Amino acid sequence: MVPAAIELDGAGVRVGVPGSSRRWHEILAPTTFTLTERRVCVIGANGSGKSTLARLLNGLVLPTTGRVIVDGLDTAVDGAAVRRRVAFAFTDPEAQLVMPTAGEDVALSLRRLGLPRADRDARVAQVLDTYGLTDLADVSVHALSGGQRQLLALAGVLATEPEVLVCDEPTTLLDLRNRQAVVSLLDRLRQRIVLVTHDLALAARTERVLVLDGGAVVHDGPGEPAVAFYRDLMTETPGPADVADVDVGTSPDHGWR
Amino acid sequence: MRRRRAETPRIATPHTLGLFVPGRSWLHRAPAASKLVALMLLGLGLTLAPPDRAWALGTATLGALVGIAVATHLPLGRLARDLRGLTVVVVTLGAYQWWRSGWEVALGITSTLLALVLAGLLATMTTPLGDVVDVMVRATRPLRRLGLDPEWVGLAVALTLRGIPTLIEVFAETRDAARARGLDRHPRALLVPAVLRTVARARRTGEALAARGVAD
Repeated sequence: MVPAAIELDGAGVRVGVPGSSRRWHEILAPTTFTLTERRVCVIGANGSGKSTLARLLNGLVLPTTGRVIVDGLDTAVDGAAVRRRVAFAFTDPEAQLVMPTAGEDVALSLRRLGLPRADRDARVAQVLDTYGLTDLADVSVHALSGGQRQLLALAGVLATEPEVLVCDEPTTLLDLRNRQAVVSLLDRLRQRIVLVTHDLALAARTERVLVLDGGAVVHDGPGEPAVAFYRDLMTETPGPADVADVDVGTSPDHGWR
Repeated sequence: MRRRRAETPRIATPHTLGLFVPGRSWLHRAPAASKLVALMLLGLGLTLAPPDRAWALGTATLGALVGIAVATHLPLGRLARDLRGLTVVVVTLGAYQWWRSGWEVALGITSTLLALVLAGLLATMTTPLGDVVDVMVRATRPLRRLGLDPEWVGLAVALTLRGIPTLIEVFAETRDAARARGLDRHPRALLVPAVLRTVARARRTGEALAARGVAD
């Protein structure tokens, strides 16, 4: 099966400035591209519009201009059908796990399939087994480690077998071991994956990388050149607060050596 | 896909309040609907009991429920921990009622309160939340004609039950943050951020549910 293609046709997002009915803040400039690659990374500085772009892809955020088309479906018109095809994983799995135990959280995802109870239970057991979470089926989601929570969050959204998985910085809160576990899992998935990340090593070996800056896609191409472009961009344009000049009242020899 | 060995879970936190405890006792095997109906009838019976018999009924029910907890091998330590949250209410209410109306009324009110909470805990600890949701969905199916989606009702019940330990967690996090900044005696430093965090958590949960298509 060919995963659903994602097409942005002049899609942009802007919000009103509080206290003004005529002023707008552009979060994402009108953007046009089509994603057909199996692995796509989105990189950019904090506040560059990465998460907004990711949320456009499964209709969590609707474009204020243009359209987002997934597998021929407009996210603004067929949101539910789009979400059946495009799953979404968040940075903080805590927000995503809404049921008390691991097994029940996976079951929640499967409810919308309308399966009989026995079939649903069998599917839950199968999903937990696939992601190595069987032993944690009846464990409180609060008692899981960060890595286990993220794996469970991914298992929960993959349980319904979507065609595309959009991940918004899924490894940012994880230690190295868990980061590798999640990346290894993502590597092996059959789904098309759009991954928002700060992991430049991972982005460098990706088929296609979108670089965002100031709410616009400023580079679109293969991994290594895109990461090199991003590094140059970050060097040329330092952040809004130049931390190097902040006087914190210590002498230079207090730093890490 | 290669099977990965699960890590050892971290030590359980207070967020186990009412959490399902797997088991094979008769209470575990009893249908979720019958447990919920029994809970409802017990609630009605205890609260509508004649005031002069409330203490006898309350303590007898409480004793019977403790007996059920022991017989069904539920973790008594966790039950006691979950009930500990009621200590301040029970002691304050009991002392006040004893002073105002005598020991019978005080014992009647406190034992009824403890029995109701314990009955709720026994029901939730022996029933997976998914089963409770299924019952609510079935029970509210006739209301579909009035435009009410039964799946939404089930989800609302699940989120409400799940929301209680989440609220406790948010308040504990906020209290720690206030303490870390030396503000542990400022009620405003606890309340305002706790309310804001709760709203933020609710928004994130809503977004996650929307992303999973649960709300579609």
